[in-house]
Amino acid sequence: MKPKNIIEKIWDQHVVLSEEGKPDLLYIDLHLIHEVTSPQAFEGLRVKGRKVRKPQNTFATMDHNIPTKNRYQLEDEVAKKQIRALERNCHEFGIELAGLDSEDQGIVHVIGPELGLTLPGKTIVCGDSHTSTHGAFGALAFGIGTSEVEHVLATQTLWQHKPKTLKVEVNGELKYGVTAKDVILYIIGKYGVDFGTGYVIEYAGDCIRNMSMDERMTICNMSIEFGARAGLVAPDETTFEYVKGRKYAPKGEAFSQSVAYWKSLNSDEGAEYDQTIVIQGEDIAPMVTWGTNPGMVVPVDESVPSLSQAKDEKERTSFKRAYEYMGLNPGEKIDHVSVDYVFIGSCTNSRLSDLRNAAEVIKDKHVHPSVTAIVVPGSQSVKRQAEKEGLHEIFIKAGFEWRDSGCSMCLSMNNDVVPSGKRCVSTSNRNFEGRQGKGARTHLVSPAMAASAALYGHFVDIRKIKISSFTS
Amino acid sequence: MQPFQSVTSKVAVLNRANVDTDQIIPKQFLKRIERTGYGKFAFFDWRYFEDGSPNPNFELNYEKYKGAEILLAGPNFGCGSSREHAPWALADYGFKVIMAPSFADIFHQNCLKNGLLPIRMKDENMKQLLKKALGNDYECTVDLEGQRVYDKDGFEFSFEVDPHWKEMLLHGRDEIAFTLLYEEKIKSYEKERVVF
Repeated sequence: MKPKNIIEKIWDQHVVLSEEGKPDLLYIDLHLIHEVTSPQAFEGLRVKGRKVRKPQNTFATMDHNIPTKNRYQLEDEVAKKQIRALERNCHEFGIELAGLDSEDQGIVHVIGPELGLTLPGKTIVCGDSHTSTHGAFGALAFGIGTSEVEHVLATQTLWQHKPKTLKVEVNGELKYGVTAKDVILYIIGKYGVDFGTGYVIEYAGDCIRNMSMDERMTICNMSIEFGARAGLVAPDETTFEYVKGRKYAPKGEAFSQSVAYWKSLNSDEGAEYDQTIVIQGEDIAPMVTWGTNPGMVVPVDESVPSLSQAKDEKERTSFKRAYEYMGLNPGEKIDHVSVDYVFIGSCTNSRLSDLRNAAEVIKDKHVHPSVTAIVVPGSQSVKRQAEKEGLHEIFIKAGFEWRDSGCSMCLSMNNDVVPSGKRCVSTSNRNFEGRQGKGARTHLVSPAMAASAALYGHFVDIRKIKISSFTS
Repeated sequence: MQPFQSVTSKVAVLNRANVDTDQIIPKQFLKRIERTGYGKFAFFDWRYFEDGSPNPNFELNYEKYKGAEILLAGPNFGCGSSREHAPWALADYGFKVIMAPSFADIFHQNCLKNGLLPIRMKDENMKQLLKKALGNDYECTVDLEGQRVYDKDGFEFSFEVDPHWKEMLLHGRDEIAFTLLYEEKIKSYEKERVVF
C-alpha cells in the first residue's frame, strides 16, 4: 500500500462520500462556535425549520467581543445582542455553552485543548480562521465561514476538496531567547504570506518534536497567516501527556485504546508531500513585524527594509503603503522604534507558558512610563493557574493591567482598542491596517519580546537580557 | 442563494496585493446578527475619511467605477479572517464577480456560498484586462455557463471553475438541501465508524 502522510490518513477516515466531479463530503467530529460568526447560521436553520444534527459534537463559548474588565457589564448594546443571541441559540438547539459566567470560558482555541475536546485524529472546524491552532494535537482543524457553520450544524459534514500537503521541517535547536512565535514569523517572512494557500501543513523535524503543546499551538495557530487553512503536528508522548485527564478526554481503558489509535496516525515512512521546505532552528532570531502583514518581518537587530529589498513592483507599492501607515522609514533600526502599548494575549500567545515567559522578563522591574501594558489570559482557567503561581502579582507590580480572558486587543471588537497613530507591541497574529483600531500600528512579537518592550519603551533584543531560563 | 448566470458590467480595479478581510469589512461591523446590509461598510476605513466623507483617492470611489459589478483585485485577495461578512459586504455593495491572480482559501469558499463568483486570473489575462479596466468606460461580460470573459473589442479568455460549485451557482442551490440528499450515507458513516 502506498505510504500515507498524517493529513491523508485523517482525511481518508472522514470521507463520507467521494464521487467524480464533486468535492469529498467530509465528516466533522467537533464543531466549535462563538458569538460573532454563528448568529446568522442559527437564523438560517430556523428559517428552514432545520435542527442541529449533533449538538453533542458542538461546543460554544463567547470570546470575540466580550469585555475583559467588568466582564458582566455589557455596555456595547450591539455586542450584547450578539452574546444574548448565542445564549438563546445554544439553549434552543441544545448546545453546551461555556458562557461568561463559566469557569471554562476562554478563547475558543485555548479552551478546546484545555477541556480535552481537541483530540488527535479529529476533524475540527470553527467559524474562525485560527482554528488551525488545534492542529497542534494532530487534528485536521480549519476555519470556515458562516454558511459552512450552518452546513455543519445541519449535516455534520462539509464539501471539501482534498488539499495539497506541505511538509515544513524545522530541525536543530532554537537559540536563547528564540521562541515558537519567532519560528512561525520567520517562516512566513521567508516564504511569504500566501505560500501555504491550497495546502494543509504538517510541521515536523526535531525542533518541533521538542516543543511543548503550547509552543506547537503557537506554530499551528499562524498557519493561516502563511496562507494555509490548516497546519498540524503528528501526536506523540507530549500530546498524550497533555490530553490525559482533561475534562472531555477519553478516560481509563478508552484512553489507552485512543493512544494506540493516535499513534497509528503518524505519517508512514516514505510518505509523500506535494511540497517540502526545511528550516534550521539555529538560523532564527527574535522577530518583529514592521509592516502591515505578518510577512513583513525582520530580526530585532535589523532595520526596516528599503524599497530596493522588495522583490517586485507590487511589493514596492505595499512597502510604501506600509511605511506610511506604520510611520516608519526604510532603514530605520527596529530596536530604536518606540512603543506606546503592549498587549500580551490572543489565541497565539496567551497560555500559561506564554505568561510565565513574559513574567520572567518583567519580574521586579517596571513598565516604562510612556507604555500602557495589558495581559489578557487566554482562558479563565489560564487566569486561575497564573494566579495560583502568583504571576498576576508580578504583572500588576510591574504596571501591567491584569484582565479577564477574551480575544481583546487581537482584533479590538470590544473596548480594548489602540488609538490611531499609537504603536502597539502585540503577541497576537495579525498586524493588518486597523486591526487593533483605526490607524493603530501593530508589531507582532513573542511574549518575551513584548515584555521587554514594555520595560524599555522600545524594542529590545531579548537575547541581550539575562533571564535565568525560559519556561515552556 | 441567488443563481448566477452571466453579468455584463464595468470593471472596478483595486490592484493591491494581500487585501485582507479586515479591510473588506472592519471588525466594528461584525457585531450585527443579520446577513444583509453590509455593503455600506465595505472597505470602510479606506473608503471614508474620519468625518464620514468619501475619500476621493480610494479606487472604488472613482466616478468611473460607480455601479461596477466586477472587481479586479490583486493577489491573495481576502486573506486573513474567515468572516463571511467580507463576501456579504462585497455582494451587498453590488459586486457579482471578483477576479484576482489568487485568493485566500477560506474567502474563496465563502464567495462561492454567496453567489459571488471568484475567478483566478492567469498572468497574461490579468495584465490585459488590467490595462483595459484602468481606462475609461470599459465593460466586459462574464459568462459562467461558457466559462469565459469577453468584451466588445474581441478580447476573450476562458476561466476555470470547479464543476460542483459551477452547478450550485448556476442554479442558486440550497447547499444544505443538496447535502441532505445524502442523508443515508451520512447515517451509515456515523454507524460504521469507530469513535475514539
